[in-house]
Amino acid sequence: MFIAYFFCGLIKNMKDYIISTGNISPQHSMDVDAFFNSRNETSNNFFNALEPDYAAFVDSKMIRRMSRIVKMGVAASTTCLRNAGVEIPAAILTATAYGCLEDSATFLRKMIEFDEQMLSPTAFIQSTHNTVGAQIALLLKCHHYNNTIVHRAFSFENALTESRLLLEEGISPVLVGAIDEITYDRHAILSRFGLYKRDSGNIAGEGAAFFLLSKQPGNNYQAVLKAVQSFYKADIVQEDISKFLTTHEMDAELPGLILHSETVYDKTKGKNYRVLKNAFPGIPEFAFKSLCGDFPTSSGFALWFASLLLKEQKAPVWMHGIKFPLKNIFIYQQDGLHHSFYLISSD
Amino acid sequence: MNVPSFVAGMGIVSAIGSDLRTNLDSLCEKRAGIGTMHWLSSARHRALPVGEVKLSNAELAAITGLSARVPRTALLSCMAAKETLINAGWEKENTLRTGFISANTVGGMDKTENFFKLFSKNTAAGKLADVVHHECGSVTELVADFLGIQHFVSTVSTACSSSANSIFTGARMIRAGMLDYALVGGADALTKFTLNGFNTLMILDKELCKPFDENRQGLNLGEGAAYLLLSSEKGLKQLHKNPVACITGYANANDAFHQTASSPEGTGSFLAMKGAMDKAGLQAKDIDYINLHGTGTQNNDIAEGTAINILFDSGFPKMSSTKAYTGHTLGASGAVEAVFSVLTIQHGIIFPNLRLETPMKEFSFRPVTELLRNQRIQNVLSNSFGFGGNCSSLIFSAA
Repeated sequence: MFIAYFFCGLIKNMKDYIISTGNISPQHSMDVDAFFNSRNETSNNFFNALEPDYAAFVDSKMIRRMSRIVKMGVAASTTCLRNAGVEIPAAILTATAYGCLEDSATFLRKMIEFDEQMLSPTAFIQSTHNTVGAQIALLLKCHHYNNTIVHRAFSFENALTESRLLLEEGISPVLVGAIDEITYDRHAILSRFGLYKRDSGNIAGEGAAFFLLSKQPGNNYQAVLKAVQSFYKADIVQEDISKFLTTHEMDAELPGLILHSETVYDKTKGKNYRVLKNAFPGIPEFAFKSLCGDFPTSSGFALWFASLLLKEQKAPVWMHGIKFPLKNIFIYQQDGLHHSFYLISSD
Repeated sequence: MNVPSFVAGMGIVSAIGSDLRTNLDSLCEKRAGIGTMHWLSSARHRALPVGEVKLSNAELAAITGLSARVPRTALLSCMAAKETLINAGWEKENTLRTGFISANTVGGMDKTENFFKLFSKNTAAGKLADVVHHECGSVTELVADFLGIQHFVSTVSTACSSSANSIFTGARMIRAGMLDYALVGGADALTKFTLNGFNTLMILDKELCKPFDENRQGLNLGEGAAYLLLSSEKGLKQLHKNPVACITGYANANDAFHQTASSPEGTGSFLAMKGAMDKAGLQAKDIDYINLHGTGTQNNDIAEGTAINILFDSGFPKMSSTKAYTGHTLGASGAVEAVFSVLTIQHGIIFPNLRLETPMKEFSFRPVTELLRNQRIQNVLSNSFGFGGNCSSLIFSAA
């Protein structure tokens, strides 16, 4: 099997502050108290986001014209900026693996059904992958840097790397978000690929998680993004983790919590999970996709969750075994050949 | 760290040729590649002129070694990427860190269109093999895996400016010392989806397009792929290569005016060009040539022209749009025109803006309409503007 290795020169000793977040997910992520007190579950093999009342974010006439992914992106990014008290970011980066699926499929169906005649441009206009980033810029009248990364389960990680390089160049603060939507077609197709088998505990997910990053801590930052590193290969080995920890000066103490993308049932946990368990003996772990479902940019949810725990220094009532004060969280995201490690700290 | 990015090699496939040499010859001989649809099978729009690559999927597969069943965008991408690496003398055995940063707008949409014919009537129908490479990133990975590029893979998608953004993503990573080589650019094949999409916007010219002409009627769509191998100084040494040019400026701005239309004052275009010049530390007088975005639509050409009119009012550089040769290759266009821009520096020539009969009455500047040779070209500005207000400009300078 072809094994590729993605070990792109490390950014050492970098500290970027997560100033604020905004997250629409299948959990009560727009309401911190509700999130800490109750956990949303599903009995289906898909987990839809709990969408807010969009009128709090966008003019009602505009809402009608926006597709669901755009509405989620606009509401999550607006929340993030409001939480920071920032009106216009210095850059907007969006990460999406699938892009605007609903509008793409609408246009495709009509094109086939009406034999390439009498088509309206609306769905086509909103089908391009940069629609979410563009709509955010348009609503903010933000003329600054704007980019959209669309690389499967590296979309968000590559957008974060780009954000960090922008911050190094003095472009700050950077608004960066991960966003993907469940559509009827996506679910039908991916189910046929066997992704959401009942006994694997793997359910389809979606969400929009936005972050405002800065080199400056400000008065009230959420957490510190220390490292993001991705590997493009079949499996991770323990050496990958130990090298990562050494590089980021984590030899002496292990992180207090591991958030990972493995599925919830033991019997389907594979080789990567065993590597994690061996690398972090006795450290509490949590399968974050049980909260947000499975999608290539779900690491956005994990980063939001980690930032929240580090900020609040307490566990939700439905989560046990974590010791506080909690200083560091390790996130492991895996999807096919795409593996990523994150290190998030409280300071 | 602040490492400059040199252009160590280039490769291209477009309507005017399947390799770099043929593209250059076509440009010099004023040979456009836009015409009757041959490979694309549109039921209703057969009369629309398009800039197709003159090779079937089977031929592209035979040349590249990829399967003929993969999306056409992957085939085009592989073809141009391979030429770029050969042109640069890069080999798999090269131990320095190499990244592949590509761009496209609709991934494997040509295959998804097939799938949807059956799937839209019955969700249990349609061959899954036709959607397995639907994602933009999947198209990039098909090629990355084939080339054996391992250190970094990414895909950018910002409509018509996609590959300009992938180019400076690579330049930025080299600058930061994260990569030694970055294979950057983009690819897009013609699809019924995009053809019909642009048709609903009523911005397709039913005749051959006439960028920057007073009587322009719209754009012609094209397809293709183009890449540059960017290299650090350290990387150049390992290639034993003299660079042909380097990237000195890049900027990305958003017009923030409308999802598909440019603001009449060309705010985004102005900010992108100005930003790239500031980054390069260059003044308007230092720019010797502008490769215009120049699609041939009413809206683009007036917005871009207005921004140029303000930015260069002290003296206009030579300029031309090459889209009358290739058509608008969307996700590939930033890279296609970056390659053309580097060719102008390398050969001291400026390519004409074809079919320009009546210059736009709003402006006093005139794009070049005949081939100019023996030009001393130090700095070239290349524009890529697009949907979503995403505007990017690149500056290439003689190395």
